Amino acid sequence: MASNGVNGAFHDDEEIDYSDIEAKYQVEYDESFDNILVVDGVPIIDKAKLEKLLQKIAKDFSRKGCPIKPDNITVPWNDAAGKSKGYLFMEFSNADDAARALLTMNGHAFDAKHTFLINRFTDFERYLNVDETYHEPAPEEYKAKEHLRAWLGDPQGRDQYATYRGDDVEVHWHGKPSQCEVAYSKPNWTDLYVSWSPMGTFMATLHRQGVRLWGGTSWEPQQRFAHPLVKLIDFSPNEQYVVTWSFDPIVVREGAEQGPQYFSPEDEGNNIAVWDIRTGHLLRTFPSAYAEGGEEKKQMPWPALKWSPDDKFVGRVTPGQQISVYELPGMHLQGKKSIKIEGVVDFEWRPMGDKDREDMEKENKAAANGTPIKSKKAWENMLAYWTPEVQNQPARVTLSSFPSREILRQKNLFNVTECKLYWQNQGDFLCVKVDRHTKTKKSIFCNLEIFRVREKDYPVEIVELKDTVTDFSWEPKGERFALVSSSDPNLGNPGPGITIKTDVSFYQLDRTKGDFKPLKTLPARTSNTVRWSPRGRHVVLATVGSSSKSELEFWDLDFTADETRREGAPWGTGIQHLGTADHYALTDAEWDPSGRYLATSASAWRHTLENGYAIWDFRGQELEKHILDRFKQFLWRPRPPTLLTKEQQRQIRRNLKEYSRVFDEEDAAEESNVSAELIAHRKRLVDEWNAWRVRCKEEVAEERRKSGKKSEPAKEKAVEEKEEIELWIDEVIEQIEEEIVE
Amino acid sequence: MRPILLQEPDPDHFAGHERSLTQIKFNREGDLLFTCSKDSIINVWYAHNGERLGTYDGHNGTVWTIDVDSSSRFLVSGSADNTMRLWSVETGKCLFFWEFPTAVKRVAFNEEDDQVVCITEQRMGHQGAVRVFEINRDGDGTNQSKEPISMFNPVGSKAVVCAFAHTNDLIITGHESGKVSLFDAKSGEEVQLNEHAHRDTVTDLQLAPDRSYFITSSKDKTARIHETRTLTVLKTFVTETPLNSAAIAPGKPYILLGGGQDAMSVTTTSLRQGKFETRFWHKVLEEEVGRVKGHFGPVNTIAVSPKGDCYASGGEDGFVRVHHFDETYFRAKPYGDLEIED
Repeated sequence: MASNGVNGAFHDDEEIDYSDIEAKYQVEYDESFDNILVVDGVPIIDKAKLEKLLQKIAKDFSRKGCPIKPDNITVPWNDAAGKSKGYLFMEFSNADDAARALLTMNGHAFDAKHTFLINRFTDFERYLNVDETYHEPAPEEYKAKEHLRAWLGDPQGRDQYATYRGDDVEVHWHGKPSQCEVAYSKPNWTDLYVSWSPMGTFMATLHRQGVRLWGGTSWEPQQRFAHPLVKLIDFSPNEQYVVTWSFDPIVVREGAEQGPQYFSPEDEGNNIAVWDIRTGHLLRTFPSAYAEGGEEKKQMPWPALKWSPDDKFVGRVTPGQQISVYELPGMHLQGKKSIKIEGVVDFEWRPMGDKDREDMEKENKAAANGTPIKSKKAWENMLAYWTPEVQNQPARVTLSSFPSREILRQKNLFNVTECKLYWQNQGDFLCVKVDRHTKTKKSIFCNLEIFRVREKDYPVEIVELKDTVTDFSWEPKGERFALVSSSDPNLGNPGPGITIKTDVSFYQLDRTKGDFKPLKTLPARTSNTVRWSPRGRHVVLATVGSSSKSELEFWDLDFTADETRREGAPWGTGIQHLGTADHYALTDAEWDPSGRYLATSASAWRHTLENGYAIWDFRGQELEKHILDRFKQFLWRPRPPTLLTKEQQRQIRRNLKEYSRVFDEEDAAEESNVSAELIAHRKRLVDEWNAWRVRCKEEVAEERRKSGKKSEPAKEKAVEEKEEIELWIDEVIEQIEEEIVE
Repeated sequence: MRPILLQEPDPDHFAGHERSLTQIKFNREGDLLFTCSKDSIINVWYAHNGERLGTYDGHNGTVWTIDVDSSSRFLVSGSADNTMRLWSVETGKCLFFWEFPTAVKRVAFNEEDDQVVCITEQRMGHQGAVRVFEINRDGDGTNQSKEPISMFNPVGSKAVVCAFAHTNDLIITGHESGKVSLFDAKSGEEVQLNEHAHRDTVTDLQLAPDRSYFITSSKDKTARIHETRTLTVLKTFVTETPLNSAAIAPGKPYILLGGGQDAMSVTTTSLRQGKFETRFWHKVLEEEVGRVKGHFGPVNTIAVSPKGDCYASGGEDGFVRVHHFDETYFRAKPYGDLEIED
């Protein structure tokens, strides 16, 4: 060997043991057969057609996004018959491609007679080796789940609300002063905001990765929906489904997880997703639909999908063309076709009344017992939609039943700029607020077209107004509505410091005549928002979003009337102003689900002045007020509909005095308890202070004596003489000069 | 009772103060009210009717601070014209003045009226200094010594307010960092300190009549009562606005707090947002009792008459408002029959 070693040392490569390094850096060859699929259900052919078949198969696979070359397909051959065996092997470049091909092509209809059935090559071996003896699976241990509606069982019957401030989300109990407490809090619970499901069962939080639902007493995660960068969320009315929207179209990354809970490549490019809450499965995705000619900048109309009140259908409007209604849970287009309506702008489902719900439940129960009683008329969903004026066609509002798709009522309208559909929450009335323009198209005024849906032939009544209506709302479960109208010239030109003057009017159905008449008009207000209590009767007028005005007015519409007297009372006498309050720079006002309290909040999302929230009772008395920096959101937890029957509710109302006595006692006991505590606390503070003062005074006196000063100045003060000032006032009241003529 | 606005009724005539108020002081009997402002004028008013008695003219810059002795004979003032002046209360004559390299931010008499402590600002290469001067009460008062009997420079954060503590050899100072300290008047040694009394600039410091405790207000939105000997914080009053002044009401267990948004940001906030009210808090229970509105700008200074029958507040808006307490103020017992030692 002629090699010179470094520093004279000789190395012999052969002697060094590299095995550990080799083991570490060994390239692992993929020797498994995971990338090989067995495709069954292939037509049996003879040699002549082989090439054609392979090309067709390769084309089919490529079209579905799983390219395969004919060279990588191996066809086993039955040499005796000279025909193929009806299955073939495919070799993909890696296991991932194979998995995707399996997912997309399994069950693919190759032609009328042949459907592909695909398996992994490795599975054959695995299933061959399966042990034939039966092992009874160990039953999974039962884990009691928390009751999702446990909060309703609160012994004090308190409601809950959620607040979102800074990065902290808190759930509070709201009750008597001593019973208000934080039920749960969690920092960084959400990235965007929180939302309750419509019956309060779940709380939804929005994150970069998607939506998460929480519930139960310990707020365990209940479900999640992987919709990246989700921005908006909407629940179906019965909490069975949820719709999410993201501004960014769905992208499925290479190698992303696949399964019923995840987006598949087919969903790419869409923005809206529909999910099943119980299973967490993705049901269907849609692209967002913007109004015709609208730019992307336009605000997303939300909810984009509208649910029928029974959760059976969900509708989506393609502006100008059609309404597409999908049937759940399959999310297939109902009747396999959309409702084509030239020019359609918007539609609304008719809400289901309490009575309808009751009837339906009764029917369902009867059906379950096997004694189907056909009631007079089964509930059928109803749609209301409107189309604008097109050339010579007048604008039109249509009521249509669904799924029978029968047109129930149509009303033609002229000189229409815009329509808004407002259903009363029991589905008794539909108000179409029609913004109309004069011939010159200069000024805009307003008509209300009110459809009485419960009556035969759906009569329509028109309420004409001279001003522009900025807000309209029905009284829940009632026959009244409130509207905010304005003739302020500044309307429509919002600017800093401009507060628009408005009038607020209440209308009520006159039972004797069957039409709507004005109850009362409150002129020269600044209120721009009307909030009815969810139980009706009480209403709050608020000035929201103004920097100079922030008044809240509390009104009672049945002040004098008990239920029995309501009929006979003179028109409009029951309306009474209960109180006025002020919450500076409020941005939101919301009634609690019981209709006893109103919460107002000033959210940091709108401005940064005095953020926080306040809770008022229905008379406008402030109960709580919290000024909190970076306060963002206040949400009452909704309640599901009551389980008590009408009869039981009536019973309770009759015996209210009995019940209230118990509560009054509780209240009194608590009040004295609280005040006793407070008094004791104050007494302690005062005693501490007094003791300290006595000590202090002694020290001061001591020091003064030492330094040989005069005694305390305080004593000196006491000796001080009172000065008496006598004040004489001479005032000439009148001067009369009299000339005496002698 | 209706508040008295200290302002001449005739608008052509010079009216009250033209610029924001800096300090207000009652004399010991509570019948005279001294006010100074950024318009370089010191006024004296009758407290009972708001009539102006006279002015003390001579300063050429913002008058930052005033103090009057217990016999209402001498008035001492400090100004941005780098002078401290001694005035005859009765005649309005300037008896003597001391000149410094920088502005005088705070002056205070001691209990015997024979010494005055003053703070000069730290500026233009000059250190902030606390000086104590002897006041010669013999004669007509024009014969004063130019030299301070002691002087020291507090190191660290600069001192903004000061007063004599319970003895003449101790001086309480409030600092920009929120520190409150006791200094030995002669040696300038820091005898006692509370580094984190406040989290922001101390804006005012007023003593209880017997000097055994004092109240400080701060930009950190709180006011605190401290024991003079130990500088222990006894009480804390948390508000939602930066505070400029705090005063102790004699005879009743209340303290008065005033403040509001900074003068700088006032134009960008609404009147309501500014919170320019005078707030009354219970001294012992640390609860807010009430508020008095009126100023259009932040309240810069508050003083309560030593008799406890009225108070005055001076604002950034240039107004001084004198409020005489109603009969109900004296009779009301909002917290029941709790006897509280004064």
